[in-house]
Amino acid sequence: MSSVLDAAGSASAPVADAVDPAVRGAGAGPWRTALRQLARNRSAMASLAVLVLVVAACVLAPLYASAVAHTDPFTSNVSGTTVVDGQPTPLLAPTEGGLGLGVTPIGPTWDPTRYFLGVDNQGRDVMARLLYGGRTSLLIGASSALLCCLVATAVGVVAGYFGGIVDAVLARLLDVVWAFPVYLLAICLSVVLLTSGLDVGPVHIGAGSLWLPVLIIAVVYVPYVARPVRGQVMALREKEFLQASIGIGASDLRVMRREVLPNVVPTVVVFLPLMTALNMLTESALSFLSIGVQAPDASWGTIINDGLGLLYTRPAVTLAPGIAIVVTAAALNLLGDGVRDALDPRARLRGTA
Amino acid sequence: MRPRLLLSTAVVAAVALTAACGSSSSSSSSSSESSSGSAAVSTEYQEEHAGGTLRLTAHAAAGSIDPKVNYTLQYWQLFQAMYDGLLAFKKVGGEESFEVVPDLAEAMPEVSADGTSYTFTLRDGIKFSTGADVTTADVAASFKRIFLVSTPTAGTFYNGIVGAEGCLADPATCDLSAGVVADEAAGTVTINLVAPDPEFPYKLAVPHAVIVPADSPPTDAGDQALPTTGPYMVESYDPNTKLRLVRNPHFTEWSREAQPQGYPDVIEETFGLTVEAEVTAVQNGDADWLFDPPPADRLAEIGTEYADQVHVNDLTAMWYLAMNTNIAPFDDVKARQAINWAVDRAAAVQLYGGDNLAAPVCTFLPPGFPGHEDDCQYTAGGGDTWTGPDVEKAKQLVQESGTAGQEVGIVTSDDEVNQAIGEYVQSMLTEIGYKATLKPISSNIQFTYIQNTDNDVQLSLTSWYQDYPAASNFLNVLASCASFHPGSDSSINIAGFCDPEIDAQMQQALVTGQTDTGAADALWTQIDQAVMAEAPIAPLFTPKIVDFTSERVGNYQFSKQFYMLVSQLWVQ
Repeated sequence: MSSVLDAAGSASAPVADAVDPAVRGAGAGPWRTALRQLARNRSAMASLAVLVLVVAACVLAPLYASAVAHTDPFTSNVSGTTVVDGQPTPLLAPTEGGLGLGVTPIGPTWDPTRYFLGVDNQGRDVMARLLYGGRTSLLIGASSALLCCLVATAVGVVAGYFGGIVDAVLARLLDVVWAFPVYLLAICLSVVLLTSGLDVGPVHIGAGSLWLPVLIIAVVYVPYVARPVRGQVMALREKEFLQASIGIGASDLRVMRREVLPNVVPTVVVFLPLMTALNMLTESALSFLSIGVQAPDASWGTIINDGLGLLYTRPAVTLAPGIAIVVTAAALNLLGDGVRDALDPRARLRGTA
Repeated sequence: MRPRLLLSTAVVAAVALTAACGSSSSSSSSSSESSSGSAAVSTEYQEEHAGGTLRLTAHAAAGSIDPKVNYTLQYWQLFQAMYDGLLAFKKVGGEESFEVVPDLAEAMPEVSADGTSYTFTLRDGIKFSTGADVTTADVAASFKRIFLVSTPTAGTFYNGIVGAEGCLADPATCDLSAGVVADEAAGTVTINLVAPDPEFPYKLAVPHAVIVPADSPPTDAGDQALPTTGPYMVESYDPNTKLRLVRNPHFTEWSREAQPQGYPDVIEETFGLTVEAEVTAVQNGDADWLFDPPPADRLAEIGTEYADQVHVNDLTAMWYLAMNTNIAPFDDVKARQAINWAVDRAAAVQLYGGDNLAAPVCTFLPPGFPGHEDDCQYTAGGGDTWTGPDVEKAKQLVQESGTAGQEVGIVTSDDEVNQAIGEYVQSMLTEIGYKATLKPISSNIQFTYIQNTDNDVQLSLTSWYQDYPAASNFLNVLASCASFHPGSDSSINIAGFCDPEIDAQMQQALVTGQTDTGAADALWTQIDQAVMAEAPIAPLFTPKIVDFTSERVGNYQFSKQFYMLVSQLWVQ
């Protein structure tokens, strides 16, 4: 986590050099320049390619399950059988030899049409669950990152712009959230909300809903994004172009929307992939502890948890989602670094020198 | 009794004791059906093997350490070496362990001609672990305390004592003076019953009838252990970490068969490891035994590589799904029957550990138990034994009941085996049309949580292990109106099933049993079928028990009544 946060922390620094509206209009737009810069970054492009592959595979999970593997990854199939080497084989094979105790799920067949990565202790296709699990993990990671960044931006901008009592209240609220170890807070929220769901006015989120982990993870990371944004806005508040806007009588809302926000967005954009990776890891951790995604839904974290009991006999059940998490998180972090470099004005100068 | 308890009718091969005495690794042997021992093992080996610390491990504690309140195998197994009643089951291996013998009483009671009065003479010189003498007043107070603390079996085991009815109705004003009469001068205690009860000696030999000091609190002692009379007493108990038993300095062996001296100086049971980690700890010699059933993926490994340290024994027990008959959707008999039709008992067997560790059942009474007769009202294709589920029939019943689409919460313990079966049940419920949610909770509280109607548990996975070898111990305990106590943690009739007609049949069977056991068993068979027609539960399988001991453990003995005799293991 520290490496991600370090990266995130440094990401905010360059954007602190506000883009003056007068400069913004000259030559190629800053976003186009940033994209060109990003396209020249090989590691970022490689990461993007990996991410596209992972996302595409996960999006196609239903197709794989129904048309290729012909399996339902959410239904127990404990008494099911398959054919291995031409022989009918139970998915959970009884032990032969010794005292004949226990059953062992079949391992990887390496046949995409038939239990490619074997089955878990419920007789479910691990490969199909891996792909479905990826959908869930990525969805939660991205949604919570988006939600977190939206809330954090709003809080950071309002606190930094108005200052005074507004800032004092919001900043202390952020401090309170920040005061809790992030996993401890997430675990507490999960334990409470997973038993009863969440009711806010007319909105009800059920105990098994995927929106619960999205919400929980987004909330616990708000200070991590909001504080740098707040700091940046406080610096912007002193800039002449912003003072000029205020001086000519622009409303607070207009100043925030037209002058502050455009300068903050690059910081938030840098945060997005990094927070997605971080949130995906948090989701996996919570699901591993059985307080994230609930059975029979799958996420990479729940699959690791499922495989924990099979670590000795069928390590593939745990290793596969573990590798998927590592690859995806690494790709997101590398992409995030690339985005940061691309949006860094100093990096742009270096690139054009 | 609950988790992993008691005995079996299927017999197991005894293991030669001589083998046990040699080295620890050669003790109670091998493989499969082992159970051993005899009363012979003992004093002569005390000198050679006494001492050391026996290290037991369990995933979680089992709640209150009060012997009048706790109703779990986990602690009943330990209570055997801690507490004593007037009578006790013989603490030996094999069939003899069903035999009831005098414990704190000098001899078996004198029973009046009409079978309603039992007179015991208390042994002299027995002391509590505090050093205080055990008196007849302690005996009388202990029986009264059964009602004061609402012992889970108060309404089923001890409701026949004169005055018990009033005590059950209002524990605060309990008056058992006519039911339990202590004569301090003569050293006798007379227990008067309202009607003869041929099972009463059994009921006096279980932990709920043990004798504790008269000044014990009139409420659940919780984490504070009460003084003991047996060879061990509690030195410390923290449900989050460890239970530590040490030798009772005031214990002197008075009856080898009722309460033998133990071998280890200290018995520790630690809590908190996953079951996987427990198995590894035993393999590595860091623990000597695990309470929990070894997880399915480790069974093959320990059954082949550690076969000499594995002991497999038959049980008369049942794992089952309890359906709350008082709330939707299972207040509709068709919904309950649907579960019985849909559940794949073979799948549950696989998740428990395979065909060598369990067998599917669909009756209340386990195979081999008094009153059991093969009968299966819920099997595909019909027949007396279960052959497969009929999911289509189940779906049809769910539709007819009008409960399709309803939400159902499944409460299981959070260990691997229970969770795996729970996950299967969730899948099955989804398949037949419900919206199922799995709610695994700590084993420490699950058993009491699912009993309390205030928690609105709809469906729970639990198990029942016999307290003593009589059909009433299953049917009368788990399915009678007297066992259902709304709002209480001690409501062992988890389904909340109460059918006055069936209840009357149970009473008739109990009365018949006083004179004609065979006729009573036939009645219990009919009752079993009548209860299963109403389907308050879905029996899954009857399990075997796997004890995995460390290499250094010797003298493994399996009592069919109380399972592995913990205090009789030696570690040096």
